[in-house]
Amino acid sequence: MSPTSSELREIAKIVRRDVLTMVLEAGSGHVGGSLSCADILVALYWQVLRIRPERPTWEDRDRFVLSKAHAAPALYAALARRGYFEMRDLLTFRKLKSKLQGTPDPHRTAGVDVSVGSQGEGLSIANGIAVSARRAGKGFRVYCLLGDGELQEGQVWEAALTAAHLKLDSVCAIVDRNGLMGAGATDEIAALGPLADKWRAFNWRVSEVDGHDLDQLTAAFTEASSVKGQPAVIIANTVKGKGVPFMEGKVEWHDRKLTVDVYEEAMKALT
Amino acid sequence: MAEMGLADLHHRVVETEATVRGYERGLVELAERGVDVLVMDADLGAAGGTGEFRKRFPDRFMEFGLSEQDMLGTAAGLAQAGHVVFVTAHGMLAAANAWDVIRSTICTASLKVVVCGIDAGFSSGGDGCARQSLEDVAVMRALPGMTVIVPVDAVEARKATVAAARIPGPVYVRFATSRTPVVTTDMTPFTVGQGAVYRQGEDATVMACGVMVYEALRAARQLEDGGLSVRVVNCPTIKPLDRAIVNRAAVETGALVTAEEGSTIGGLGGAVAEALAQSPRPSPLRIMGIEDRFGESGDHEQLLSHFGLSAREIVSSVKDVVARKRAIAAGTDAGGTT
Repeated sequence: MSPTSSELREIAKIVRRDVLTMVLEAGSGHVGGSLSCADILVALYWQVLRIRPERPTWEDRDRFVLSKAHAAPALYAALARRGYFEMRDLLTFRKLKSKLQGTPDPHRTAGVDVSVGSQGEGLSIANGIAVSARRAGKGFRVYCLLGDGELQEGQVWEAALTAAHLKLDSVCAIVDRNGLMGAGATDEIAALGPLADKWRAFNWRVSEVDGHDLDQLTAAFTEASSVKGQPAVIIANTVKGKGVPFMEGKVEWHDRKLTVDVYEEAMKALT
Repeated sequence: MAEMGLADLHHRVVETEATVRGYERGLVELAERGVDVLVMDADLGAAGGTGEFRKRFPDRFMEFGLSEQDMLGTAAGLAQAGHVVFVTAHGMLAAANAWDVIRSTICTASLKVVVCGIDAGFSSGGDGCARQSLEDVAVMRALPGMTVIVPVDAVEARKATVAAARIPGPVYVRFATSRTPVVTTDMTPFTVGQGAVYRQGEDATVMACGVMVYEALRAARQLEDGGLSVRVVNCPTIKPLDRAIVNRAAVETGALVTAEEGSTIGGLGGAVAEALAQSPRPSPLRIMGIEDRFGESGDHEQLLSHFGLSAREIVSSVKDVVARKRAIAAGTDAGGTT
């Protein structure tokens, strides 16, 4: 009953449209980085994660940590489309008393496992969840989506050491490598390369894929789950603003209010 | 004082023990009682007080090395699965280096992580200002939902450790690594959120925490000889503060001094000032602590005295607030000498 590749591509398009609608309605929000990771989230929520949306706190579910918390619109769209809450909740994003906070809050949003917000902190939480699973003899896996800009935070590399040291093979990190951050190109601000070698040197299993190719993503997740005795990272090469040609690769769409005109033009691109 | 369950402080030589040893006994006690406790440490070794626990319960212990932020983040991941996690970190590294992790991943989700700040106050003395945690209480107190405890001695430190495991939500407890006078016994009451009157008095109240309680008791005895009757309150829970005991002190004694081994900004003194401003009887208050400056190298006891944290200084602070109280009553108060 797994969706076909073309169905997944269609879902990704819908998630992107939801992101635009949410950000238009909210009057603010991070479009660029949400669009860049939409395919990764679709691969996770429709193909990879063992979850039961009708039972959000099912004990044996796989866990997901959105370390790049500003991509919350994409996560909420995926959760809503998977049935964790109603679609109309998406229109309350960033508003007072909303279930959908600017950054994920487990107390408010069904399907959100952990509180994240500050950059660079998610992988440590994922490690902690993986250690708790190991102690309890549980077989679930923990996925953590990192932005490439947040790899500049030192805590990411503390956590990378810890995961490898503890041989946390239930941890899978995904780097949304879109090459842009708020202030500009990551490689102009603090070059990350050679990125795969860095993770390898930290004793992680590394794979590198086109982060917009759902078949490649799914295959990489399958491979990551077969690795024993070491954590795995998928470097997903992506394009910021993917799906809306005039936003693609443009740093100004990191965080910008949408006008109705821009919204309509962007939605057209996603039909 | 016998009925209070306090130690006999009339001996010439008062027993001393580092409060971190109480932490060590508390951890072992929790595990022995079958509490699902996990302990983490960031390279503190014997100083951190986790030695006995790691020897007895190695499968419940994790050494993180020098990575406080990652340690606190991992603790958050474990706590959300229901474990009670005690994180052992140098006080200032927990409070400053890892503060954002404590705020953003632990406090926002109200996770049950007990952050144990070691080397509290001047207790790492010779290391100098970088290693002295004087602002930890202030910054931890600012975090929504965070409970903040400063045990008075090693005996209370054990009780606080055990009690911390039952507090819902995050907790910060601070422990000293140098020897602190033992003023309580196993019988002395300790309840999170409550202060305790260790000595009755009507002219003024000294509210203190940690090592300063002993100094306050000494000061009260000296003042008694001079005809002033001074109430001494041990206030180990800085947050939530025991506002009732502050209100009673204001109404019944009308003059207060706070004393703590930490910054005068935002710690016990700040908390009492906030409560006092809303009390039925606003009263003169003198906040004793380290006044807007960093520490320096020295022996713990020398540093306390060098920074004006001794019974002698408490005596003059009490005289000051009592004089102000009387001046206010006589309508001649000119704002005090503080």
